[in-house]
Amino acid sequence: MASIIVAGRKREFHRISDSFWQYAVYIFGASSFLILFLIALFIVREGYPAFVKIGIWQFISGTTWDVADNIYGILPMIIGTLYVTIGALIISVPLGIFTAIFLTDVAPIKLRSAMRPAIELLVGIPSVVYGLVGMLILVPIIQKFGQGSGDSILAASIVLAVMVLPTIVSITEDSILAVPRSYREGALSLGATRWQMIWHVLIPAARPGIIASIILGMGRAIGETMAMIMVIGNSIIIPDSIFSSARTLTGTLALELKYAAGLHWNALFATGVVLFVLILILNSIGLIMLHGRSK
Amino acid sequence: MKITPKVTQSFAWCICWIAGMTTIAFLIIIVGYVFVNGIGSISWEFLTTNPRGGLKGEGGILSAIAGTVYLIILTLIIALPMGIGAAIYLAEYSSNNLFTRIVRFGVESLAGIPSIVFGLFGFALFVIALGFNFSILSGSMTLACLCLPVIIRTCEEAIKTVPVTLREASLSLGATRWQTITNVVLPAAIPGIVTSIILTVGRVVEETACLYVTMGGSSNMPTSIWSNARTLSLHLYYLAMETTAINKALATGVILITIIIILNFSTRWLSNRFISLYQGNGGK
Amino acid sequence: MFTINRLKLILLPGISIFLLIVIGLTGCSQAAVPAGNGLIELRGTINEAGSTSVQPLAEMMAKAFMQKYPDVTVNISGGGSSAGVKAVAAGTVDIGAVSREILINEPDLITYCIARDGVAIVVHESNALTGINIENVAKIYAGEITNWKEVGGADERIVVISREEGSGTREVFDEFVIKPYHKKIKAGALFFDSNGAIRTKVSSEKNAIGYLSFGYIEGLKPLMLNNVAPTVENVQNGRYPIVRRLYFITKNIPSEPVRSFIDYCRSNEGQKIVESQGYIPIVKK
Repeated sequence: MASIIVAGRKREFHRISDSFWQYAVYIFGASSFLILFLIALFIVREGYPAFVKIGIWQFISGTTWDVADNIYGILPMIIGTLYVTIGALIISVPLGIFTAIFLTDVAPIKLRSAMRPAIELLVGIPSVVYGLVGMLILVPIIQKFGQGSGDSILAASIVLAVMVLPTIVSITEDSILAVPRSYREGALSLGATRWQMIWHVLIPAARPGIIASIILGMGRAIGETMAMIMVIGNSIIIPDSIFSSARTLTGTLALELKYAAGLHWNALFATGVVLFVLILILNSIGLIMLHGRSK
Repeated sequence: MKITPKVTQSFAWCICWIAGMTTIAFLIIIVGYVFVNGIGSISWEFLTTNPRGGLKGEGGILSAIAGTVYLIILTLIIALPMGIGAAIYLAEYSSNNLFTRIVRFGVESLAGIPSIVFGLFGFALFVIALGFNFSILSGSMTLACLCLPVIIRTCEEAIKTVPVTLREASLSLGATRWQTITNVVLPAAIPGIVTSIILTVGRVVEETACLYVTMGGSSNMPTSIWSNARTLSLHLYYLAMETTAINKALATGVILITIIIILNFSTRWLSNRFISLYQGNGGK
Repeated sequence: MFTINRLKLILLPGISIFLLIVIGLTGCSQAAVPAGNGLIELRGTINEAGSTSVQPLAEMMAKAFMQKYPDVTVNISGGGSSAGVKAVAAGTVDIGAVSREILINEPDLITYCIARDGVAIVVHESNALTGINIENVAKIYAGEITNWKEVGGADERIVVISREEGSGTREVFDEFVIKPYHKKIKAGALFFDSNGAIRTKVSSEKNAIGYLSFGYIEGLKPLMLNNVAPTVENVQNGRYPIVRRLYFITKNIPSEPVRSFIDYCRSNEGQKIVESQGYIPIVKK
């Protein structure tokens, strides 16, 4: 008799906890969005005074960032980030696409399964290690054979290209593999060589995925910080050549955050807002393209 | 010579090989350079003493190792429950409505935010506003936000892969939905959850930018979550930029890369085991 | 295999033990406990941040202090002088280190001078120059002189290296070198965020010029300024032009163990360490 009562109470407990958890899970689910919202709230709150005092257009197009005189314009950093990102993409996109093709169609099977973990490793290496190797190998080489001191857009682009490469390779590879077999067989049965099939049929079919990989790679490049500080020289100028030193948006944040105060503090957070919005837009476009491609 | 499609193909094959080999070459150069130049500086003393500071970068990396370990544990404690909870929501309770789309948007967007923006947020909120100061706590709370999307994605996959039959069996035995989740589904998804843990550990080890502004960088052995501390990545940065001990920086790099190799290997091994577990006997 | 009960058995006690340890470690402890024989036993944690010029000195003094009082932990970090001011004002650290005077627009803080220091103009070891006058340094940094041959060196472009804005060393450099000639450091200079980074850069770039604290000169060639060599003696006898005081700053009157640490740094023992690190001891009146 007693055991039935106990069983009944246990049953009741589980029923209540089930109902509780049914609603509690919603909170967990929303946690990411809440954090995103919190971050946006914070950086907008701290950055908003800068936009008001300086004016959004003046801030973005101003060419002087001078802490001593309280003048803040982020155009040099925007251009620095832009050049470095474009440079990185120029190197890593062709390299990445052809490596992806290599992995899906050209390499012997054993090599393929050896290369994939290797590419995964490239993703996991900390950015400071990339920066260190860039400092020790790349910068002296550029110093010797190029101009200037070696800390340059060129060095930063190359380092960034290696960091972005795995993203482009793996997403492109997935896109190519996702193209239906019928496309391949159809092309081959019409007498095309394998290369013609790859280049004229598979790649165009995988195009949305490839573009998505480029956009996501761009997002990664724009957001990179530590490796950049170590090889780019951090001068606040509009760079005039690939050998010129420059500064990225992320670099400014890392270097100046700890001591900023007043309008400087606001300006840094305003820079954070610009970064945040930029990456959000880029990533959204990239993800829409990734998920939107025909299955 | 006529450029036949065959010729184009041979040419293209060449380019592909060059591309593939270049990618591998990058890896070999980076890992090779670090290992060849750094391994010489690794000694028992290096691994077991604290950094002593000074221009020559004397001492070892013990406190950096401790800092990294504490950071990993604390970040996991904070992020794992939230992440698994969100994964449970997405895998079990969500339907195709606006709320779910907002949730997914949150997860995907958070994944793309650069680490320095997290650092900005963490510095303003945890270090200054909440008064945690430069500490392991500030670092791990910031890092937990950063790692959340990874955990959610991986765990959601893991939970979704649990066969429906298991759930149905449990429910038909009279268990409530929540009981089913905690006693049947989650344990079955453990390999996937462990994978997400390993991925998070990898991310924590790799991160530098957001910790640069939230952890402080003291070279002393951390004694609590309020301690000012540094991680291996931060230590490498300080060595490289502020001392003449480049060889020690490289040695730290060796340790870091070794950790990443071990983590990657474990993830692969675990996913393979996971797949065979469910394809082998239809799930247990 | 992985039953939930087994997990609960491991996880719950595991987490509770971990939390207990964490709470135990962070628990309240008195900073200064009078021991039986009249000496004060010091305990606690001191957090310091700020100037990278002060950093090597502070690290050595912290080490010696911790050896004397094993229950005290002193954490030294960098960040630059302005970061130190900000952190102290915000309460993030107990002591801020600055290598310049407190500026007018900075909050009221209590300053304790712990050493004096000079700022040296340095070039690569292989540079032919041995001395330069201050006005030329200003012109180089402003971008008006761009080639070493204009000041007596080789026909090479000068690579100008500077500190970022928050640096006390930069503030002092600005005050003694740049501002007297009404110039500005050109935006095209390379900026780094610590003395150590400048040291590393100048030592690897043979056409570089930089400025840093006396404590970091090793491996580089310091230039004579207006024919005065950058040595400790020349700072003490007032001949070397770019000198400054190094300070520890606090928000309020410091309590233990912070007070004892600051006193230690200013004591004879601490000042011996100052001398041994290449800095100049404070003048005792």
